[in-house]
Amino acid sequence: MLIPDDLKYADTHEWIRLDGGVGTVGITDHAQAELTDIVYVEVPAIGAKLEQKQTAAVVESVKAASDIYAPMGGEVVEVNKELEANPALVNTDPYGAGWLFKLKLSNQEELTGLKDPNAYRAQIGE
Amino acid sequence: MASSGLHRTALYPEHVKLNAKMVPFGGWEMPVYYSGIVNEHQAVRNAVGIFDISHMGEIEVFGPEAERWLNGLLTNNLSKLAVGEGQYTLMLNNEGGVIDDLIVYRLEHNHYFLVVNAAKIEEDFLWLSGHRAGEVTLLNRSDHFAAVAVQGPKSSELFRPIGELPERNRIRAYRLGATQVLIARTGYTGEDGFEAFFPADSASAVWNQFLELGQPWQILPCGLGARDTLRLEACYPLNGADLSPERTPMEAGLGFFVDLAKNDFMGREPLLKQKTNGVEERLCAIRLAPKSAPPRAHYPVYAENQQIAELTSGSQSPTLGTGIGLAYLGSKYAKPGQQLEIEVRGRRFPATVEKKPLYKRPC
Repeated sequence: MLIPDDLKYADTHEWIRLDGGVGTVGITDHAQAELTDIVYVEVPAIGAKLEQKQTAAVVESVKAASDIYAPMGGEVVEVNKELEANPALVNTDPYGAGWLFKLKLSNQEELTGLKDPNAYRAQIGE
Repeated sequence: MASSGLHRTALYPEHVKLNAKMVPFGGWEMPVYYSGIVNEHQAVRNAVGIFDISHMGEIEVFGPEAERWLNGLLTNNLSKLAVGEGQYTLMLNNEGGVIDDLIVYRLEHNHYFLVVNAAKIEEDFLWLSGHRAGEVTLLNRSDHFAAVAVQGPKSSELFRPIGELPERNRIRAYRLGATQVLIARTGYTGEDGFEAFFPADSASAVWNQFLELGQPWQILPCGLGARDTLRLEACYPLNGADLSPERTPMEAGLGFFVDLAKNDFMGREPLLKQKTNGVEERLCAIRLAPKSAPPRAHYPVYAENQQIAELTSGSQSPTLGTGIGLAYLGSKYAKPGQQLEIEVRGRRFPATVEKKPLYKRPC
């Protein structure tokens, strides 16, 4: 499973990539593999203010709907519109074209509660 | 039984070897998928797939009065069955509600083989035992038998080496090495296919033999996930979801499998009334507009801005690429073309009532 070095990870299998005060959020390679064929993604509304660990999005496979949580708190400033036409991008490119939404972070200190790649690797037993 | 309190089939070690994702289903720990639901679904639609169906129950009925007695407890007419022939049928309560849907085969003149749903084995057996009358012997053989379904357009080619194959809805006995195997041409996928029943202690050997026979067509082991999407596209009802003791076969659109001309059988009176007066609600196939969120069982169904029902089943259809589902709709709405909306997490998506089935295999 791919676990890029430059990202931080939540226990609930989301990743976040920081760029200044904005964080890009997606789900991990492990998560997409567990969910299998993703057929629908519900992204949050732009402008929505999310707390850390709050439900932010829903990713649906053929079998089930899974909640996606905000790894850090903030305001939604952009969502991945490509997913409407092509939800399978989450399967094929979970750390790239399959990103879900971007947050203007409200508290950078929340970063300390997230896992580094090694700790996440240990969590999923690799 | 596993420590979780769930039953495991004799093929459990094979599922573990194949890295299947296991889930609880009807009291059993079963594979939901191996390589992925869509992948497995397409293998069955385009070539061939194999399913562990050992969780299903087998009940044998013998005796000179077996036919007459079973005909009093099942909706279809057993007297129409030749030896080696099977039929889909239903076991009803006194109000005409569904206890279980099953297939009954006539193995010999006075010997019947009933294949029942996993979650209903005990209930069916108790129901049958409680209504036993005359010279009949009833055996719950569910622990003795393991079973697999081999389904898909290539399934008959796969089985060609074992001899002449049964016709649709027929069953034949074969010997594979030292193992006696009953093979029926039946299924729950909407494709040509077979269901094989054999002693549980030979399960791994038979499973692997079938996988090997299917190699030329890239046979895939398939889990309950694909089984559900395949049956839903074919509009086959699932007991416990689309069928229940509160619903009759007439409401479920299964009147074809009810022989009201039979003198008497459990549940006949209420069905006769429905046949005469018509039913208030009917199980309808529903298709959502493209790009809708996938529908799931119990999601609300709307028409003219009013909630009129909830889905009994729902899923994304891998073949159609849209959401599909089943729901009991009032007769006013139960016609193809009727516009509906399905509510998903507070948002409504347009949908239409469609003619059943939603998928029919190419001739």
